[in-house]
Amino acid sequence: MLTVTSPPSSPPRVSPPTATQPPESKAAETGVWMGIATISMSFAALTSAMVVRQSGAPDWQHFQLPPILYFNTLILLMSSLTLESARRRITAAAGQVGSLVPPVQRLAELYLTLTLGLLFVMGQVVAWRQLAAQGLFLATSPSSAFFYLFTALHGLHLLGGLVGLLYVLHRLRQATGPVPRTALGAATLYWHFMDVLWVYLLALLTIRV
Amino acid sequence: MGKLFAIVLTIITVVSTAIFVMRVWWLPADVSAHGPWIDHQLVETMVAAGVLFVLSQLALALFVWKSGDRREGRKITVFPGGAVPIVVLAIVLVGAEILALTFVGSKVWASIYQTPPDPNSLQIDVQAEQFAFYFRYPGPDGRFGSSHPELINEATENYFGLDPANDTTARDDIVVPTLTIPVNRPILLTLHAKDVNHAFYVPELRIQQDFVPGLVIPLHFTATETGKHEIVCTQLCGLGHYNMRAYVEVMRQDQFDQWLKGKAAQQ
Amino acid sequence: MHDTAAPAVVHHHAPPQGFLRKHVFSLDHKVIGKQYLDLALVAVCTGMVLSWLMRLHLAWPTQPIPGLEKLSPNGAAGGLITPEYYLSLMTMHGTIMVFFVLTTAPFAGFGNYFLPIQVGAQDMAFPRINMTSFWLTFVAFLVLIASFFIHDGPALSGWTAYAPLSAVGKDAGPGQGLGQTLWAVSIAIFCIAQLLGSLNFIATTLDLRTKGMSLARMPFSTWSWFITAVIGLIAFAVLMPACILLILDRVAGTSFFIPAGLVISDRLQPHAGGSPLLWQHLFWFFGHPEVYIAILPGFGIVSHILPVFARKPLLGPRVLIGCLIGIAFLSYTVWGHHMFVSGMNPFSAVLFSVPTLVITIPAAIVTMLWIGTIYGAKLRFTTPALFCLGFVSVFVSGGISGFLLAQPSIDTYLHATYFVVGHFHFVMGVAAMFGIFAATYFWLPKMFGRMMNETLGKWHFWLTFIGVYCVFMPMHYLGLAGNVRRYAEFTDDYLKPLIPLHRFITIAALFTGAAQLIFLFNLIRSRFRGPKAPDNPWEATSLEWSTTSPPPLDNFGGRPPVVHRGPNEYGVQGPAGDYVMQAAPEPAAR
Repeated sequence: MLTVTSPPSSPPRVSPPTATQPPESKAAETGVWMGIATISMSFAALTSAMVVRQSGAPDWQHFQLPPILYFNTLILLMSSLTLESARRRITAAAGQVGSLVPPVQRLAELYLTLTLGLLFVMGQVVAWRQLAAQGLFLATSPSSAFFYLFTALHGLHLLGGLVGLLYVLHRLRQATGPVPRTALGAATLYWHFMDVLWVYLLALLTIRV
Repeated sequence: MGKLFAIVLTIITVVSTAIFVMRVWWLPADVSAHGPWIDHQLVETMVAAGVLFVLSQLALALFVWKSGDRREGRKITVFPGGAVPIVVLAIVLVGAEILALTFVGSKVWASIYQTPPDPNSLQIDVQAEQFAFYFRYPGPDGRFGSSHPELINEATENYFGLDPANDTTARDDIVVPTLTIPVNRPILLTLHAKDVNHAFYVPELRIQQDFVPGLVIPLHFTATETGKHEIVCTQLCGLGHYNMRAYVEVMRQDQFDQWLKGKAAQQ
Repeated sequence: MHDTAAPAVVHHHAPPQGFLRKHVFSLDHKVIGKQYLDLALVAVCTGMVLSWLMRLHLAWPTQPIPGLEKLSPNGAAGGLITPEYYLSLMTMHGTIMVFFVLTTAPFAGFGNYFLPIQVGAQDMAFPRINMTSFWLTFVAFLVLIASFFIHDGPALSGWTAYAPLSAVGKDAGPGQGLGQTLWAVSIAIFCIAQLLGSLNFIATTLDLRTKGMSLARMPFSTWSWFITAVIGLIAFAVLMPACILLILDRVAGTSFFIPAGLVISDRLQPHAGGSPLLWQHLFWFFGHPEVYIAILPGFGIVSHILPVFARKPLLGPRVLIGCLIGIAFLSYTVWGHHMFVSGMNPFSAVLFSVPTLVITIPAAIVTMLWIGTIYGAKLRFTTPALFCLGFVSVFVSGGISGFLLAQPSIDTYLHATYFVVGHFHFVMGVAAMFGIFAATYFWLPKMFGRMMNETLGKWHFWLTFIGVYCVFMPMHYLGLAGNVRRYAEFTDDYLKPLIPLHRFITIAALFTGAAQLIFLFNLIRSRFRGPKAPDNPWEATSLEWSTTSPPPLDNFGGRPPVVHRGPNEYGVQGPAGDYVMQAAPEPAAR
């Protein structure tokens, strides 16, 4: 998914003026894959903690998940689409002759992704408020505890992803320098993982809580 | 320098092994029914491990001694066969040892922890708390009263939170700070923790088991000799951990019956 | 693995200006590595002092320790250590040593410094994340140490922090208030720092190797750092959420680990439904791989250094690497052997016992490969070589006792006795430390451009080698006699006769501790005034020896090396002697 290929119709690549630039390290991508592994492991540990906790004592209180969560999910999935589209466009444009930095309007989809991401986080906060209004707080019952824990941790990691996107945006807006394809690819990969993780968490919470 | 290393290492190996072999410090005499199996397993493993220990250290010492040889023209040689014999030796030797130990060891373990207790067992309830053990006998009615944590009261010595006013089965329960048991009779302890993790360890009886708050854990054994031994706590439970102990008194069956009758009369 | 086409470039940072940028907030992996090592040095001195206080108290509990009252008026009024203070000292000793010494020095310290150089890179893959990792570790250390200065004292639930003792808060007694919360916060921060560090190690190893440096040609130390980073990636990822759950139980009123009906200090605790065993499972799922994180770099370092002084290749290099990977993999399957009598299902005990015994096979192979390398060698008995030989011996000593502890039926007797304490001190407190010593004597010339004093080094080795056997071998005897661990004093009838042996251990520990002053003196003096070191004082083959001592900012002076062979070419005719360096050019014609 992340291999950089020019769309077939583009003209043959000509070396940009800075011909001695060595290829960009793919370390950022490796780093994100390792991050995915470790974050998955953390959430796996918490999942097993939840399973143990639920089966170990009779005090699990099921409750209805606030419906706004599903709306938030749609927002997040949309943001992945916009980000993926942005990534492909920017990467393709970077492969074309004479265009090291894409024009500003190509970044619009990136801005849209950021907005959607922020909307998601705000939506999560609304969900928390709705739960609190029902009297369900962190310590109220183990089910609510895990709900807040999972959503808060996911939200924190997502904010990290937002920071990553901001960094990529910052690099893209610089007038000089090559397109940071690896950084963009890495940030996108992380973002998609946040999606997958959220869908998993939503399913887990829907079934168990 | 190489010779010095070899000599020092050899001395260390010989001295430490000798102390093990001579049992200068050793397990106390076993007074339990299952203890001989554990002791047997322990000695077998020590012999096997000890042989590996001595061989490895002496091989290291020998090779270091020889490698210090500075004669001119001595060629560096490779271990005969290279790495392959080592791999084969390790897998076969260590592997065989592991299989043997596991096979026999799991039987010993199963006999202690995975067999159901004898239906004739004398049942005793044990409560561990910061920093004491208490033991409860069911009394003449043969039934334990239910325990209620909110009723626990150290001042009135209601360690188990019994409710004799409303609970008839609790009225004749006998609570004592010493574990008194008859010899050669299967004992079934049920372990409760009042506050944090504790553990029950009697070296002479070769038993050790954690108490876990929220769980009721069975522990069964049979004492084969009369005597008095210390029960010590082995799971860190706070500042009094080092001082948390009780005694187990193993008496003849007739002495035990008399003791129990005496206690029941006091209730 | 195929050769990388051309050296990939890390985001090139301009040479740093100013004192802060050069020495404090540096992005240079070499500076960061040294910072980690300095932190570990402070930590190990602290940890050692704590152990001396513990040993003095155990041997002579009624004897006041001069000066201690000033340092700790609450914990040691009149110079006498209270039982709770003893437990706090023990908790901090274990926590500091395991995390801030054994995970920091061999892995974060030496690994940060030498991994990029050994693979031929200019720096780690993510220099800013690298710097962040160090400063997070530093903050974690400060948070932990801060608990010494609060009124109720540091946590006292051991480095293992079992719940509910660690989870219920100050009702459970002194040290279990703020001290325990600070412990959990410190460790959580440490986890994040380690995870970031693992990312760096793995990305650098996979993506920044220089031309010709295939994975198979990497030095053994690099392999061990790489594998350790992978272990850490998974292990610390479990400890982090565990610490979060613990903190929530303590401050937010949740009940992950605290069941109902607990009466502590006459108060019925307002918790319900939690599982103390859950903490144990989560902790040990991290905790067992953690001890391999502590020892694996030592394996790599010894495998790297031994051939240099044996002047012959390591026996079975691929077998070694296979064993390291096997050990790493198996390390995740054994955690229940810490919990045989914990109240978990007895059937699981057998399930955990089998892989615990199986893991001895790769460990035995690795040990035999080292011994087999020494066979027929022409050893140069330098200090680093001596510590490698000592490592093999103490690792055997520590590993052999594992045969007994791995079996649940035997563990029934030996669990929580000094037998266990002797076992883990040999493998962690001694073997891993010997690995750190070997690495220091070996690499200090490269890191500071100065040689350490050999005479002092040898004295350090001999006093330490004999000393550690005097300290830790007797603990096995104590364990066989049933001597329970984590006791502040020995007041039981059956333990009192063992006190003379404890006094012997204490005296040996103080002497061995004093011997470390030789090392400290040698270290500090050599750093500033040792004789100048050449580029390759040991005639070794790996890439760090192809560059200057110390290396320039980008490690290779603008000329990334090209590698033509593995690191094991000793005892062969080469241009400079009986070895061929990894970066030496190919011969023109065969």
